[in-house]
Amino acid sequence: MSKVEKFLIKRGNNQYEVVIGLEVHAQVNSKSKLFSSSSTKFGAEPNTQVSLVDAAFPGMLPVINEFCIKQAIKTGIGLKAKINKRSIFDRKNYFYADLPQGYQISQYKYPIVGEGTVILDMPYGQKKVGIERLHLEQDAGKSIHDMDPKNTLVDLNRSGVALMEIVSKPDLTSPEEVNVYIKKVRSIMRYLGTCDGNMQEGSLRADVNVSVKRIGESKLGTRCEIKNVNSIKFMQMAITSEANRQVDLIEEGKQIDQETRLFDTKKNETRSMRSKEDAHDYRYFPDPDLLPLEITDDFIQKIKTEIPELPDEKKSRFIEKFNLSSYEANILVSDLDTSKYFETVIENSDVKLSSNWITGELFALLNEKNLEISQSPISSKNLSKLINLIKDGTISGKIAKTVFEIMADGDKNPVDIIEEKGLKQQSDPKELEKFIEKVINENQDKVKEYKSGKEKLFGFFVGQVMQASRGKANPQLVNEILKKKLK
Amino acid sequence: MTIDLKTVKHISKLARISVDEEKANKLTSDLNSIFDFIEKLNELKTENVEPLTSIAETTLRFREDEIKSENIREEILKNSPDENKDFFVVPKVVE
Amino acid sequence: MSNITNQTLSEIINNIKSKKLSSQEVTKAFIERSEKSKKLNVYVTENFTSAINQAKKFDEKPNYELKLPGIPIAVKDLFCTNGVKTTAGSKILNNFIPNYESTVTQNIWDQGGILLGKLNCDEFAMGSSNETSFFGNVQNPIGENLVPGGSSGGSSSAVAANLTPVTIGTDTGGSIRQPASFTGTVGLKPTYGSCSRYGIVAFASSLDQAGPMSKNVKDAAILLEVISSFDQKDSTSIDFKRNKYSEELTTKIKGKKIGIPKEYRVEGMSEEIENLWKKGIEHAKECGAEVIDISLPYTNYALPTYYIVAPAEASSNLARYDGVKYGFRSPGKNLIDMYEKTRSEGFGEEVKRRIMIGTYVLSSGYYDAYYLKAQKVRQLIKKDFDDAYKKVDAILTPSTPSSAFKIGEKKDDPVSMYLNDIFTVPVNLAGLPAISIPAGLDKQGYPLGLQIIGKPFDEQNILNIAYSMEEKINFKNKILDWWI
Ligand SMILES: [Mg+2]
Ligand SMILES: [Zn+2]
Repeated sequence: MSKVEKFLIKRGNNQYEVVIGLEVHAQVNSKSKLFSSSSTKFGAEPNTQVSLVDAAFPGMLPVINEFCIKQAIKTGIGLKAKINKRSIFDRKNYFYADLPQGYQISQYKYPIVGEGTVILDMPYGQKKVGIERLHLEQDAGKSIHDMDPKNTLVDLNRSGVALMEIVSKPDLTSPEEVNVYIKKVRSIMRYLGTCDGNMQEGSLRADVNVSVKRIGESKLGTRCEIKNVNSIKFMQMAITSEANRQVDLIEEGKQIDQETRLFDTKKNETRSMRSKEDAHDYRYFPDPDLLPLEITDDFIQKIKTEIPELPDEKKSRFIEKFNLSSYEANILVSDLDTSKYFETVIENSDVKLSSNWITGELFALLNEKNLEISQSPISSKNLSKLINLIKDGTISGKIAKTVFEIMADGDKNPVDIIEEKGLKQQSDPKELEKFIEKVINENQDKVKEYKSGKEKLFGFFVGQVMQASRGKANPQLVNEILKKKLK
Repeated sequence: MTIDLKTVKHISKLARISVDEEKANKLTSDLNSIFDFIEKLNELKTENVEPLTSIAETTLRFREDEIKSENIREEILKNSPDENKDFFVVPKVVE
Repeated sequence: MSNITNQTLSEIINNIKSKKLSSQEVTKAFIERSEKSKKLNVYVTENFTSAINQAKKFDEKPNYELKLPGIPIAVKDLFCTNGVKTTAGSKILNNFIPNYESTVTQNIWDQGGILLGKLNCDEFAMGSSNETSFFGNVQNPIGENLVPGGSSGGSSSAVAANLTPVTIGTDTGGSIRQPASFTGTVGLKPTYGSCSRYGIVAFASSLDQAGPMSKNVKDAAILLEVISSFDQKDSTSIDFKRNKYSEELTTKIKGKKIGIPKEYRVEGMSEEIENLWKKGIEHAKECGAEVIDISLPYTNYALPTYYIVAPAEASSNLARYDGVKYGFRSPGKNLIDMYEKTRSEGFGEEVKRRIMIGTYVLSSGYYDAYYLKAQKVRQLIKKDFDDAYKKVDAILTPSTPSSAFKIGEKKDDPVSMYLNDIFTVPVNLAGLPAISIPAGLDKQGYPLGLQIIGKPFDEQNILNIAYSMEEKINFKNKILDWWI
């Protein structure tokens, strides 16, 4: 590992480092809820996806969704974590308007997944982040505070939706590492198909634990938990602001209270969430409506056979098999759709060129239009054709860029574009000689200079030839022929 | 051990049950007599005993991931103390 | 035909099947007697009009293949009944009308049963005398101002007073067997996982079981056969082969080994109970059973264990009664104030007391000392029974340490009230089936019961033992209709 660039906060002569742990809440991509058969679909009318179980009617009982168990195990395998063959569902007791049972069913002492590891590719090298655990739990409903001036309105559509809570060890040390960590975890889940990772729809949120300590000190400071942050940008802002707040307190000789805080995105600051007299005590105990969850080796083995190639493995393969740089490979595997796109393109095309075009032109285009690769205006099939046209010399790289631009307006077949616009590369030596002779004849003075040793002029001739051919001349052939003619 | 008035008030907070001074005093004495009797368990050494988490000697049964319940909003909200056809309603919460 | 209401369930079924009685005649007879028996206060909700309509429907198109053909049945008000108010004996559910049906009651209606009404019980089934109900005390038909036991007090009283042919109750620590014993009726608590808990207002999830209450053992067997079923909607429901309990009922119990646990001879046990038990042992022997002394060493720890486990689960199960989704709400300044007022005014004193105990034993710093400890002792209690069942097929004990007491007598002393369940609680902790059968009267003429405890899923065996002992005991209840 190369040098670790630390995120430091300075106050006079004092330097502080930040210690961050994340509790990521990832929604399992199941059709129905964790303990009930109502739909999890996003965006429904309020309270239309609520069963008697979700609304905690008297006598209603939870029955667990097998798919959610499988997805949790899959994710555990993706996090290189230990799968616990016996786990227990507990009740976490507290009162809140959007918690109809008065408790959340979660896993406390015995989670379904134990310790694991996630590898981050940082500019300063690879960093291993420990996973403490992954457990299954129910989501709560939604309290709406701004629709009715006097009341809070409650929508229970989300109540009971399955979440995987992925708890990291306090191994993260900067907002940038948090950014890379979240993206990596999301990428792993998207590869596995266990969570769609959509942060706008709330499928991925995190509680961020932040503490600070003087540089080099081993003892961890008092941590504060910032609840329910739903974008990476806000997480980074919240960490910076919270760490600075804690450092200020230390510098003023004040004490940091261990507490839960909220991030106010408008003010860019965190604030205490619950008053101290209302200290909570969740009174966890095993849910007597549910039996211990026991999983057999066969069950786990079967899930293992369904695990696709994951980002880290794919990256290694890309590097080894295709001779891509670690940097390139990382970009290509970091997102499932990108890797899929890339792999479709290279089925029929040159790998190196494909990688260049995807990470170069295509990314620039997507960036400019603010699109995901899944929404790319140029299909992988057509990009593959374009790359083949470059490779076999039908068009030059330069012409290809023109063609690419046209393709971006409606995913046209590049072969047709070249045909229509007559952009085909001129590779017939006889035709090229015509252009070259013309250029030599018209620039006899420059020819003399060149021959007398001013070799820099070679580029000038190439340019003239290309211009004369309106860019269609095969630059490689032009080079070869020119060299002979100018001898 | 004895349970004092302060503890009783703390528990009533946790349980979201308001108690006035008189009730709190009565509860304190009730709980103390009940816990006197519960303390009998301290006679037993249980270090090496596995706690019993479930009396039914089977393991958890799984359900298939299928949507079976439809929109029953009207029925769900019918018993709700505050009349609103779309939402459950509670006094305004300030976070 | 006279005296329909005196008949047992099996007699009524036979009379309907042989067309000597119509469902309407039966239903009307029970309604009529119920109307004259308001003083007992057994009903929280009467369903009489609807019951007659359904009886009429049955008579128009009778199906005699059903196990309960056109039989009117009142049930404990802890079972959610579709379209019929369900209160659990609490103010907090006073206006609650479920739009769903508990599995157990659904099983009854599927076999031709007709809902007669919802029976009074202790609030959320927490009590041993039916005195904690928001809807007032229930009178025991045995004598005026006598408790009917609890929590299924409305149920025991209704069966004993012939207001319903049979009924169902729920039993968390003795709530079927103790009231059965107090009223001279039969009550059976099945093995945990035998009857679905779906749609039953929960008290303590790991202990609650529904079960039949009846005038005799055969009726209990008929009803158990109907209500016991495997249910996907209850994760703790167990898929085992259920017997045809009433068809397989037999008095042939020769050679069965019955254990007598010495620890049930508790301090201060009355001579009457002692004698009752001795007589029971004699009867068991007369029936051909072999009686063996056994030991259940952790018996004395069952009640303290129960008073940790049950309130802990209850404190959490009752958190959903918060005034938001259904039931009573007391308006508050803010959300927390609303919660605190709603729950303070909506719950009665005993329920609040148990929520407080449960909250305390689960709270930070006390969990290990109380809840975890109780779970460990529960393991030991279960092991006691496991060991005993290596030697015996069933266990015989008294059902209760005393006969029915006066209303108000123990109300202000929770611990002495809790002691009522001393013989019944270990059974719930171990998840076993047990039946209480009337076995005699004390000096005051109040009934006393004996309890037969079985191995898990061995309901048939305890029914058989109870059936043959019932024959020998030949118990006659003294109900003088003092309230009419
Ligand atoms: Mg958290
Ligand atoms: Zn969580």
